[in-house]
Amino acid sequence: MPNFIMSYLNSKDAITPGAAGSQFWALVYVFIIFAGVSVAVMAMNWLERKALAHFQIRLGPMRVGPHGLLQPIADAIKLMLKEDIIPAEADQFVFWVAPLIGLLAAFTVYTVIPFGPSQAVSDMNIGILFMLGVSSLGVLGIVVAGWASNSHYPLIGALRSSAQMVSYEVAMGLAVVSAILMTSLNATGTGTLSMIGIVQAQQQQGVWFIFKFFPLGLIAFGIFAIAMIAETNRAPFDMAEAESELTAGYHTEYSGLRWSLFMLAEYAAMIAVSSIAVALWLGGWMRPFPNLLNAPAWDFIFSLFPALTFFGLAAIAIVGVVRMPTHSFFKIQRIGLAAFAAVLGFIALLLLVIAVAGRSADASVAASPAAKFSEGVDYVYWFVFKVAVFMYLFIWYRATWPRYRFDQLMKIGWKVMLPISLVVLIATAIVGVLVS
Amino acid sequence: MNDSTHDASSRALSNLDLETPEKPYLDSNELIINMGPQHPATHGVLRVILKLDGEKVLGTECVIGYLHRGVEKIAENRTYTMFNPYVDRMDYVAAVSNGLGYCEAVEKLMNVEAPARAKYIRVILTELNRIASHQLWLGTHALDIGAMTPLFYTFRDREEILKIFEKYCGARLTTHAFRIGGCQYETYAGFEKEVKNFLTFVAPKIDEYEELLTTNRIWIERTKNVGVISAADAIALGVTGPVLRASGVKWDLRKAQPYAAYSEFNFDIPTGTNGDTYDRYLVRMAEMRQSLRIIEQAVNRIPEGPIMAKVPKIIKPPVGEIYHSIEAPKGELGYFIVSDGSTQPYRLRVRPPSFVNLQALDTMVRGLLVADVVAVIGTIDIVLGEVDR
Amino acid sequence: MAEEAKPPVPPPPPEGEKKPAAEERAAPASAEPAKPAEPAKPAAPAKPAGPVPVPWTSPLVEKYRGQYGSGLDAQTYLGQNYFAVDRSLIPDILRLLRDEEQFDYCVDITAVHYPQREKQFDVVWIIYSFPRNERVRVKTQIADGASIPSSVSIWATANWLEREVYDMFGIQFDGHPDLKRILLPDGWKGHPLRKDYGILQQDNEWVQINLGIESGQ
Repeated sequence: MPNFIMSYLNSKDAITPGAAGSQFWALVYVFIIFAGVSVAVMAMNWLERKALAHFQIRLGPMRVGPHGLLQPIADAIKLMLKEDIIPAEADQFVFWVAPLIGLLAAFTVYTVIPFGPSQAVSDMNIGILFMLGVSSLGVLGIVVAGWASNSHYPLIGALRSSAQMVSYEVAMGLAVVSAILMTSLNATGTGTLSMIGIVQAQQQQGVWFIFKFFPLGLIAFGIFAIAMIAETNRAPFDMAEAESELTAGYHTEYSGLRWSLFMLAEYAAMIAVSSIAVALWLGGWMRPFPNLLNAPAWDFIFSLFPALTFFGLAAIAIVGVVRMPTHSFFKIQRIGLAAFAAVLGFIALLLLVIAVAGRSADASVAASPAAKFSEGVDYVYWFVFKVAVFMYLFIWYRATWPRYRFDQLMKIGWKVMLPISLVVLIATAIVGVLVS
Repeated sequence: MNDSTHDASSRALSNLDLETPEKPYLDSNELIINMGPQHPATHGVLRVILKLDGEKVLGTECVIGYLHRGVEKIAENRTYTMFNPYVDRMDYVAAVSNGLGYCEAVEKLMNVEAPARAKYIRVILTELNRIASHQLWLGTHALDIGAMTPLFYTFRDREEILKIFEKYCGARLTTHAFRIGGCQYETYAGFEKEVKNFLTFVAPKIDEYEELLTTNRIWIERTKNVGVISAADAIALGVTGPVLRASGVKWDLRKAQPYAAYSEFNFDIPTGTNGDTYDRYLVRMAEMRQSLRIIEQAVNRIPEGPIMAKVPKIIKPPVGEIYHSIEAPKGELGYFIVSDGSTQPYRLRVRPPSFVNLQALDTMVRGLLVADVVAVIGTIDIVLGEVDR
Repeated sequence: MAEEAKPPVPPPPPEGEKKPAAEERAAPASAEPAKPAEPAKPAAPAKPAGPVPVPWTSPLVEKYRGQYGSGLDAQTYLGQNYFAVDRSLIPDILRLLRDEEQFDYCVDITAVHYPQREKQFDVVWIIYSFPRNERVRVKTQIADGASIPSSVSIWATANWLEREVYDMFGIQFDGHPDLKRILLPDGWKGHPLRKDYGILQQDNEWVQINLGIESGQ
């Protein structure tokens, strides 16, 4: 095998491909992440429609695949086949490039998201700064889209969206700073901006930052959690794209594939900010109760969770198959859902094998490749699991709450969130100094 | 941002001088935006022209008439009995109330009174319709403000009422439930039981709606002090119904000038204090509960007897005129009928509550933001079929 | 008061009403109408008097009768009180009713067209007093083409109500801030609720221009 492939695999320390300088593996990771995010966005689309429907006592998509599972694919095909309408008076180049800017901003941040201690494309030592900075570029895409549409409703919507995003970034940034302050409470007294470093700081300090200096960590997390909803223009802060308002938002004039790029960017941004929240406050890739339940037996039990999750999903699918009507109209759906259940079960078995094979009875024995791989899988699983919880919360908020009026939204961002985050920041600093 | 009370009588209630030639230039900050007639939030075909300063509303002008079907002209060419179904189509959400008002007006003109049993049936169905109308209002109003879930809950619960109507008279929405002189149909077997089941079914549902919205901070911020109208303004503008009661005027035609069998029941008139959207919301929720109370009292003691008074087959009221009004879910619904002794009304005028209430929109939204206009239109609870007839 | 000016009466369809025990005879239009509430009335030649307008007596009426004398007539029909006033008394009587008698709520403003009469239009105000819980109608007669003072300065409700009367009847209200059509499109010709506006008159110029169709039939 060529050296450029094997050198990274054989490296002693657990480092990211970016740090190891292995471009091949960095590219592989990039592709994996890109594919993963695309699948995640499609899954998120499906989940949003189904969960929202169930909140509203209806079923959601049921026809396109069994329980609507193929609906996102159908939507994607439809959007691709739609007529590409560009307003005659619009600025052609800018109109074309606007969704790409948003998409670029949303996807570039994935290079530093820490799925595990070495499971990231690269571990920049200014990781969090990079993430905040690049995700702010998304605002540019929105403003440009509103401008290029040459119509005052999208323009108003775009300006509103951008004003909203900019205001909440301030509170977000301050909440992030207070989390970073907590990373400096280690032996050397130096904090770190690297995403992997922040999670490792939580590991070393033995506490997730959400619980640190209770309730300061919790409040900082709360500020970030609220700000990230406003950042991504989701309910209850979605006035800029609400249907019952005068402006349908910055993407009014976009149709077909271009519009789907905006939606892709929005979901990707949601996943990105949730990843920040998970990495900074919820222990990133760490499994629950790392210190309380730290016997190897517990390690093994928690490493079974990926397999158990997929078994659970397969079981739900099988229940769906059983409950589906036996009429011949549903034959194809039954077969499809059963096949889906089989695939899920197969993945579950695979994960089970990996978990069992990677089990190391003795902590002092050097970890085998299987163990390393199993650990990697676990890290990614826990990270993704926590992000998925946030995604569900996004949908839950959208179903439950009315939306804020735009001036109330801005008032909250500047007059409520900003002072609270400042106070939390100062309090964290003071407590940090007192403790160390 | 939110100007408080305006004294309508001291300010000329003119509109915005949109097309007057003396003012050809708009201020550089002003913007005229057109909302509707096709718009998700205007509850029908309503066009509202807003004059904005940035986001603040300086004035509005409503353009209505898109749903004008000439109902009053039609009435002059139909007999009284033939016109009965037309009446449902005006406020199609609360068709039973429309029918009640019309039948009672013609009965008054004929100097007939419906028998007691018919009155009780009328009260039960009208109050059920009031609940259904308020449920629809709640769903659409919440949707306008952004809460998309109560819509589905209220429509699901409204189905139970519509099922009762369907079993009673065959139609869900435009029911044509009553006839001049009483009711045509006897209550079906199991009517009382189903109505009682409905009462126990819907009371916790109303609590569910309140749980979602009443104490929700976002809801309160969107509705408190939004669209305030003072009691004096409301009276001067002729506003009636929950809008008037939310401004503090404790007046309900069911108590002030009772009709049908309302004088025999105990119920309260909920009022508000501020006259803002939140109060109107609370008043309508309380009205739903009071309607449940009325139905409960009525359904337990429906008197036996005929359901139709002795009315001639051909309705020919004597020469004269009459005005009769009822408390429809939207406000005072009145019928002014001029009879020339023939089988067709000489003039039939419908006094629509939504039409008069909509006039107050201008007073309510001055100084508010654009997003509030949608909320205020929803809170007045208009049905364009009634506004335009 | 009511005149006979209508197209032929179509036969009323039996809507399934329960047949009353006594068949009432339909009264001829101009004579006293039969009283339908009493059952088992023999078809005697002497028809009993039906409801007729009776003079309305009350302190309110006395006061205004003293003030305006013959220009004001107060009657009660079927328990509903109304004033039939001279056009010259409008808007003073309305203003007095609002200011002195607390009729603060204008329920409705409407009109009726009697083409056979010399003064063709009846303009009706229906007003209500919250403190007195009393509803009163004020009617006046005006000729075709005449105008009548607007009551917008008295009750703000009158704005749209008078616009609708103008739209449907063509009655001009002096002093109305914005008298234009409200329910019909701006370019509509004719005033539909007038009795001389045929209901088949849909082949209106407006329809042909705006809807692009030859005929509304």
